[in-house]
Amino acid sequence: MAKNDLLGASLWDAYSNKVTTLMNNPQHQGEISEEEAASRGNKLIVADFGAESCGDAVRLYWEIDPKDDRIVNSKFKSFGCGTAIASSDVMTELCIGKTVDEAVKITNIDVEFALRDHPDVPAVPPQKMHCSVMAYDVIKKAAGLYKGVDASSFEEEIIVCECARVSLATLKEVIRLNDLKTIEQVTDYTKAGGFCKSCIKPGGHEAREYYLVDILKDTRREMDEEKMKAAADAGIKGNFEEMTLVQQIKAIDAVIDENVRQFLVMDGGNMEVIDIKKGDEYIDVYIRYLGACSGCASSTTGTLYAIETTLKEKLSSKIRVLPI
Amino acid sequence: MRVYLDNNATTMVDPQVVEAMLPFFSDVFGNPNSLHKFGTASHPALRTALNQVYTALNAADEDDIVFTSCATEANNWVLKSVWIDHILNGDKNHIVTTEVEHPAILSTCKFLEEQGVKVTYLPVNEEGIVEAHTVKGFITEKTALVSVMWASNETGMIFPIKEIGEICKAKGVLFHSDAVQAVGKIPVDLQDVHVDFLSMSAHKFHGPKGIGALYIKNSQPLTPLFHGGDQMGGRRSGTLNVAGIVGMGKALELATTDIETKMASIRAKRDRLEDAILELPDTFVVGKREHRTPNTILVSIRGVEGEGMLWDLNNGQIGASTGSACASEDLEANSVMLAIGADNELAHTGIRLSLSRFTTDAEIDYAIGHFTKAVGRLRAISSSYAKVKPTPGGEVQECELHHHH
Repeated sequence: MAKNDLLGASLWDAYSNKVTTLMNNPQHQGEISEEEAASRGNKLIVADFGAESCGDAVRLYWEIDPKDDRIVNSKFKSFGCGTAIASSDVMTELCIGKTVDEAVKITNIDVEFALRDHPDVPAVPPQKMHCSVMAYDVIKKAAGLYKGVDASSFEEEIIVCECARVSLATLKEVIRLNDLKTIEQVTDYTKAGGFCKSCIKPGGHEAREYYLVDILKDTRREMDEEKMKAAADAGIKGNFEEMTLVQQIKAIDAVIDENVRQFLVMDGGNMEVIDIKKGDEYIDVYIRYLGACSGCASSTTGTLYAIETTLKEKLSSKIRVLPI
Repeated sequence: MRVYLDNNATTMVDPQVVEAMLPFFSDVFGNPNSLHKFGTASHPALRTALNQVYTALNAADEDDIVFTSCATEANNWVLKSVWIDHILNGDKNHIVTTEVEHPAILSTCKFLEEQGVKVTYLPVNEEGIVEAHTVKGFITEKTALVSVMWASNETGMIFPIKEIGEICKAKGVLFHSDAVQAVGKIPVDLQDVHVDFLSMSAHKFHGPKGIGALYIKNSQPLTPLFHGGDQMGGRRSGTLNVAGIVGMGKALELATTDIETKMASIRAKRDRLEDAILELPDTFVVGKREHRTPNTILVSIRGVEGEGMLWDLNNGQIGASTGSACASEDLEANSVMLAIGADNELAHTGIRLSLSRFTTDAEIDYAIGHFTKAVGRLRAISSSYAKVKPTPGGEVQECELHHHH
């Protein structure tokens, strides 16, 4: 929340001119009949997605030339708001001239992009992004009907956020690489959950198979388990001195996480490992105190002693901790 | 022509009300609590406004009508202070309300639930009202308060407040009614109907925004929501909104004087609009019209999504509303419509049209023309009215996408 959030936005004013124009006058609205398609030697595919009871429904018509699987004509019918109608219209336009295999690659992101007036300005406000998702779903369904396969076979990965098309694998990777701790951070880094918000947690606009809250929790748990395992391995094998610098820093972090950090944080402080220098007699671990710890009297006496003793016990008796 | 058919959201301030308020901005601007003449100069007008409100609601002199900033404040005050007085500092633990209340009640109840209060949300019947016997069945010895709206903002349906009031009185349970959609629209007689607390808001009856009131029967105890300079007899602190109070008094007087005639005039226009809409195939209106406030229509138009319809009406300079999924920023389905339980479809095809005494016959004619045109255009695009059937395997039977709670 901040100044820009205090007064509600004007939803319709955030639509691009293209959205407004196509809502008022859709170009590909209509139907193609079996007879029409057959008279031209083509095959007709008609697919529905959504229903009135969902608040959104679209019917997609493809007239396909069976010789080269090319979509020679396409129409749509839509029960939906302005964005849904404009998205459907652009979707049919994007389909025309493509082969079925090419059309399947059209996503809701392509549809939204095609609705933009300017490449850098979104065509619709975030909560309306969802309306373009159906375009992607109904294309897959039509392609499945034509090819006689299940629509889900066109999905190569698990999509958690359909609005921004963010996969489960991407989410896990980004959470790990950036050590993300909150849903807000996940949305900032990946855009997932930034639109209709259904994928954040149960109870939103639509039910989802995966929710960001669970993915974040599970990934964090996996990360913690790995850290603990690393710490345990280091302790058991006792080969701290043989580790690479990165492994050593990780091992130290894991030991600190498990034994020390909570007490520092409780007092409003923290610490980080700056460097490790291996000598013959000692392994010098350079640390920096953060927050309340820096300048605290105990940081050069009791706290320092506790850190050093723990690391010595868990990792190597050669460790000497030097605050800088 | 511009036609405003969203008077349940807010109303135009009556120019006579504006005129009554104007002296209290730059001329008589003093603080009514001051001892000097700058302050006391406002007292006669405040007294007049108070009398206007008491008269309009037939409140007794023993009752308090305390001006607030809005009905949301009045609703919050009742719920939170009953919680403090009778649950935190008493032996009760239960509040009864309905599924279809305004968010000012529902969100406050959710907050109280988080604080450990038990809240029962009563279901509505197919007309969208809670029946008195339903209320009776849910009152227990632990019930501190029953809160039921007088009339629905969405459907205009009028609730059996007199019967519910009698039940609460007999059971010795406090009774609050959010009467935002009733006061100024239909007769509200507080000596005929038993309510302990009643909320109202001026901007719903051609008064200004930012002023409302809470009626408190017999000046009974209710811990203040606002503490401070002990204005309003210590019941609600904060410097009096002098112009707002003057405007509210004038607006309520104008709305309730000869209210039966005003209602008949609005009802005639509403019924004409409703009849014209019902001429269109596959449309239906929620609730019998004789059970509704005279200004409101909630109509479902098959095959036409609510926000799409609002869009077309807006292009025709007509302002209406919908609580359906796509229209509101939070994408929630219309909770009132879901509560009515017709089906999910209705929750996405509902359009609310609400008139006022300023709505003219010419505006109704214009609205009928545009409404019919919009339905025609959107049904021509609608998949619900498509003729070519899906390729076998391409059908959707029912919503598999969204799961409403």
